Amino acid sequence: MPAATDDNTYGVQPPGLDFKDSNTIPLPPPKHFQPSLRYPSSRKTIYDRNLSRPSSTTSLASFAYIFNTIITYHHAKSGSVSEIETRLNRAGYPIGIKMLDLLLYRQSGKAVRPIRLLELLQFIHGALWRGLFGRAADALEQSTSKKNEYMIVDNEPVVNTYISIPREMSQLNCAAFVAGIIEGVCDAAAFGTEGVTAHWAEGDEMWPGKTIFLLKFQEKVIERDEAIKASVG
Amino acid sequence: MSYHFAIVGTRDNPLFDLDFGTSKLGGDGLSHFKPEAAHMNQFILHASLDMVEEVQWANKDLYLKKIDSYQNNSIHCFLTATNVKFLLLMNPDPSATPYSQHTPGTTTSPPPRAAANAKHSATLLAANPSSPQTEEAVRVFMGEVYESYVKCTLNPFYRANQIITSPIFRSRVQAAAKKYL
Repeated sequence: MPAATDDNTYGVQPPGLDFKDSNTIPLPPPKHFQPSLRYPSSRKTIYDRNLSRPSSTTSLASFAYIFNTIITYHHAKSGSVSEIETRLNRAGYPIGIKMLDLLLYRQSGKAVRPIRLLELLQFIHGALWRGLFGRAADALEQSTSKKNEYMIVDNEPVVNTYISIPREMSQLNCAAFVAGIIEGVCDAAAFGTEGVTAHWAEGDEMWPGKTIFLLKFQEKVIERDEAIKASVG
Repeated sequence: MSYHFAIVGTRDNPLFDLDFGTSKLGGDGLSHFKPEAAHMNQFILHASLDMVEEVQWANKDLYLKKIDSYQNNSIHCFLTATNVKFLLLMNPDPSATPYSQHTPGTTTSPPPRAAANAKHSATLLAANPSSPQTEEAVRVFMGEVYESYVKCTLNPFYRANQIITSPIFRSRVQAAAKKYL
């Protein structure tokens, strides 16, 4: 192996290699790595933004417009009511993952990770709802028949404010988007679910838009929670 | 006095790593790990994930303090709500770490350089990995990294468990390291 010398750069042919009589074209020397990061004109990246803006409010009109576009898109792409709901759920899921860390960061010094099931549910019912909609959810209930099912009730979901459901799709509840956010929070906090779904609560005259979010946790999550409960005493 | 910092995702996949040294007490801010430490550090950090999983359901805090040690490395962990682990390995004197030459049960005598540095390094954070000053410094450092990490995840193009490549994120972590460690 020939010793590397200082002048053996890409411009000079290494000894023993002659390209003159061959048809091969030597590769051009590799360019120096140029980071392609571009700064915005204000020179402020996302890392310069402040995360703890107090009670930042988004215009309901612009939210309604974008949410309408999302629903139209998924409606056009899917053939059934359940497929639209699944797609809306998937659209909300990454938001949930990101919200969990953001909300904990905003609690600053006193932030704790939810490690018990009830703490997580109260976090969703309180902190998450306040972060998203500016108020707590209306009720948090456990299913009477099944141990792993919990329900969060919202009397008037903001996302459904300007949504009117055609008669042939009366089962569709566009709060499936919010259900996806809840599922993202549960999954990210290592409380795996078998799906979070949004259902209309029928027969409530005072709140016609009342929506129930049904959270079905995996068996192993319940088992782990009971083990923690037993160890704490 | 050297540090190895890594972010490990929810599937135990590495997202980010950085080697640096102390900038306090005349440190040059560069890591002085042995060549073999490049893979050993990753190995040691990932081995400590078992300890994280033991502690995480008993401790509600984000900062789990010192969770593991190996030879003269000690590992501090910060666990985010989404189960992403920030692991910081600190080593007061990398040249004294025997790694694979280590035989269990025998105490290796510190090399002369370590003895000469002993007085100096006694004041360093990594020499007392469980002391309140070290924990406080690491807590503040982790808090700054957490802030940058949350900002990174809020990028709509960032998916969970994606490798963090942003040079700005890297420079933010380096700045926090220089400031506190």
